[in-house]
Amino acid sequence: MKKKFKLSNLYLIFVFVVLYAPIFYLMFYSFNEGGTMYDFTEFTWDWYVVLFEDTRLLIIVLNTFIIALLSAALSTVLGAIGALAIWYVKKNYTKNLLLSLNNVLIVSPDVVIGASLLIMFTFLGIKLGFTSVLLAHIAFSVPIVVLMVLPKLNEMSPSLVDAARDLGANNWNVLSKVILPYITPGIFAGFFMALTYSLDDFAVTFFVTGNGFSTLSVEIYSLARRGVQLNINALSTLLFLFTILLVIIYYFISKRNARPTGLEARK
Amino acid sequence: MQNKSRNLYLIPYVLWIILCVVAPILLIVFYSFQDIHGNFTLNNYVNFFTPVYLKMTLGSFWYAFLITAFTLLVSYPTAYLLTKTKYKQLWLLLIIVPSWINLLLKAYAFLGLFGKYGFVNAMIETFGIGPYQLLFTDFSFIFVSVYIFIPFMILPIFNSLDKLNQSYVDAARDLGASPFKTFVKVIFPLTMDGVKSGVQVVFIPALSLFMLTRLIAGNKVITLGTAVEQQFLVTQDWGMGSTIAVFLVLIMVLFMILTGNRKRGL
Repeated sequence: MKKKFKLSNLYLIFVFVVLYAPIFYLMFYSFNEGGTMYDFTEFTWDWYVVLFEDTRLLIIVLNTFIIALLSAALSTVLGAIGALAIWYVKKNYTKNLLLSLNNVLIVSPDVVIGASLLIMFTFLGIKLGFTSVLLAHIAFSVPIVVLMVLPKLNEMSPSLVDAARDLGANNWNVLSKVILPYITPGIFAGFFMALTYSLDDFAVTFFVTGNGFSTLSVEIYSLARRGVQLNINALSTLLFLFTILLVIIYYFISKRNARPTGLEARK
Repeated sequence: MQNKSRNLYLIPYVLWIILCVVAPILLIVFYSFQDIHGNFTLNNYVNFFTPVYLKMTLGSFWYAFLITAFTLLVSYPTAYLLTKTKYKQLWLLLIIVPSWINLLLKAYAFLGLFGKYGFVNAMIETFGIGPYQLLFTDFSFIFVSVYIFIPFMILPIFNSLDKLNQSYVDAARDLGASPFKTFVKVIFPLTMDGVKSGVQVVFIPALSLFMLTRLIAGNKVITLGTAVEQQFLVTQDWGMGSTIAVFLVLIMVLFMILTGNRKRGL
């Protein structure tokens, strides 16, 4: 029995090593003086200096974050409204129809979303660049937010709203004093998911980005096609640290998420 | 009064559905019936059924199948063992973290790892077998794809295993089933939902991967996704690209129906 336990642990460790090896490999060679992803010659910070002197790349990083924050914020608003809309619909048929349409963009392959949005933007005469990328990111983030907020709405007891109405609250009061506070954790989770989806997206952005504008994923793609450059490694090290930071934030959000519902259940 | 507020929420949301879901689909269907000059034609569909495209579609399926199978093979035991650990939520989070690292960076890392003088070749050489061309092969394409999809497969399987009622397993064991039989007859069927949604999450994207085929497989592997990208951004033949995209959507819908139409979501 004991031996079997060891073996299974070995397997888990193996999976973890394989999952993390490429990431740490990247980070390790970001300090390589030799300039290649083999033969570690000497420790250096040079590639970080190169990275921070590359204003073009820094602007791209900035663009990526602006797109991510803006699209996450806007799609959170739109997604929360969407969730409310679905929640208010009482007919089952309409509700299911809306939900299916909502999920289309989640299950569609990235290339199809990218291609169809490219056609759409060209059709509408929207210039490819910042606007088209932003709109595309909003397009595919909204359904994710809806899916994060809707369960919160469904789990909310209808008597809460009824009670508020009985006590004389108008529509706005019900929304701002009862519903919104209740679904806030879902909204936060939705915002966060939208943020990570936007930061991670490559395929859709690649289709609608045009010539002048670029996000980090697209830029890394074109750099990587030219071969290994260690400033990409330096960049990935910084992004990894940033991701860890996001994970920690997410961990605390989900903890906050869990607490109010727990209290609710006890009442 | 309530009627009015209901309508107000629906306006922006339905507008989004029309603009971002319905219109793009209609447009892509519309374009699939057009040639390069914008004239109506059925040629794109005729073209799709020529050996070139059929072979590509079959090849694409074969790769997606291999990728999904290997991902499942690695992920199921991992998810199973994870449910047995202490602090399993923490371990699960650690499995998920790599999936949040930008996809491109992970692919880029393999350019180094699999390179001619990279780590893997160096390892192989210590065993006395010479350096291999690892990059730009089928092997590297499948390996990297599996690597990327593992967390997405583990998550749903872990959730269904976690929900599995332990007393069923105990009951099977009490009634004399061997561990293997318990797994085949009890554990695996009961976690089928997780496996299904995992397969869905992996198979469809695997059909339409395109940056990996370029970076890792060096244009040797052409998937349906690569073909769409090629037609749209390189050849500029939007009609043919749309046709392939339409088939991709049809395949997706068919696949969703076959695997029981479960919705993805965390």
